[in-house]
Amino acid sequence: MIQHADIDTELIPILDQVSDPEIPVLTILDMGVVRYAKIVDDIVLIKITPTYSGCPAMDVIADDITAAFKKAGYEVNIDLVLTPAWTTDWISEEGRDALEKYGIAAPLEADADKDALLGNKKIVKCTNCGSQNTKLVSQFGSTACKALFKCEDCQEPFDYFKCLK
Amino acid sequence: MKNTNLYNYILGIADNSLILGQRLGELCGHGPTLETDIALTNISLDLFGQVRSYYQYAAKIAGDDLSEDTIAMMRPEREYVNTLIVEQPNTGFAYVIARQFLFDMYHFMFLKELQNSSDETLEAIAKKSIKEVSYHLRFSSDWVKRLGDGTEESHKRIQNAINDLWTYTDELFHQTEADNIMITEGVGVDTSKLKEEYYRNVSEVLKEAILEVPDLKYFQKGGKQGIHTEHMGYILAELQYMQRAYPNMSW
Repeated sequence: MIQHADIDTELIPILDQVSDPEIPVLTILDMGVVRYAKIVDDIVLIKITPTYSGCPAMDVIADDITAAFKKAGYEVNIDLVLTPAWTTDWISEEGRDALEKYGIAAPLEADADKDALLGNKKIVKCTNCGSQNTKLVSQFGSTACKALFKCEDCQEPFDYFKCLK
Repeated sequence: MKNTNLYNYILGIADNSLILGQRLGELCGHGPTLETDIALTNISLDLFGQVRSYYQYAAKIAGDDLSEDTIAMMRPEREYVNTLIVEQPNTGFAYVIARQFLFDMYHFMFLKELQNSSDETLEAIAKKSIKEVSYHLRFSSDWVKRLGDGTEESHKRIQNAINDLWTYTDELFHQTEADNIMITEGVGVDTSKLKEEYYRNVSEVLKEAILEVPDLKYFQKGGKQGIHTEHMGYILAELQYMQRAYPNMSW
């Protein structure tokens, strides 16, 4: 189930300027880490949620949000919330496209993800040549949220964004 | 402090993750292959992330001048209440995997139940963490099978590691006074109810890995009372060095 984030429309252009430091092609809105953004008594209140508990990008994201709003002349207050826990379902369609173009395979549905990571089925598509003849190299990739795959046709290694539900 | 039992209960959960995270962190740049190196340190990072949530909550409960950092890094050894299994050294890759597997299975089952905690913060941390820990368990189970069902040498090594670490598994299910009070209040998890299923789940994986399930009558304990193995002091020396040498330093 997708829980929609509660975000004031007028704040979207500012939030859109902030991108994920690990995956610069994704804005934090595409990632779905902003859960709440509203102006209350002239102060912008923002709630963000981590993708993974240990995600080192969260501190940078909070700093970047503060900087973006200061530049736009707002005072901002950022809260880190854990619940409801982030899921890959919150990555937007635009975000999924951007991931694929950037060379990271977008997350599959939970069952398919399990099959892919256990090596039961070859279903993760190579982001370079589109072949499904791919192999899991490691369940943990360059960051906690990704797994490492290799294409057996074009031989390119690529990241797969793991399903998290 | 208003709620000492809750504070102690949180440390009982979090110290396991802190010490295991520190152990895995030692492997950064030393894993047997690049992929396992990255995987183990990613697991370490997940554990540290979870630990931060727990200690931040504990610091809030404790009030005073406590912070997540002072809780993590300024306690004397006897005040750490992690189980003995997580402090066992990185003797070899098989030991790293066996320790991880025996702990992950417990950790996963524990978090599954903690999601029903009447404490909202613990419930939230559990719901967040279990998603990460399910990947840890998958990774370590997978490697137990690969090593067990691998070569003669890898089979021997993982069997030895399982045999040696088995003595620390029973302690995972011991309950302290704080545990018991938190269970009565609906906050804590009654781990005694998980024990049978734990050994059944672990045995299933071991059988698939063509490994023998150790038959042991005597088990080690003490970590939950702050009485640790000789390895603990070395871990803390490294963990605490910066804060002790440069009090209150921050990045």
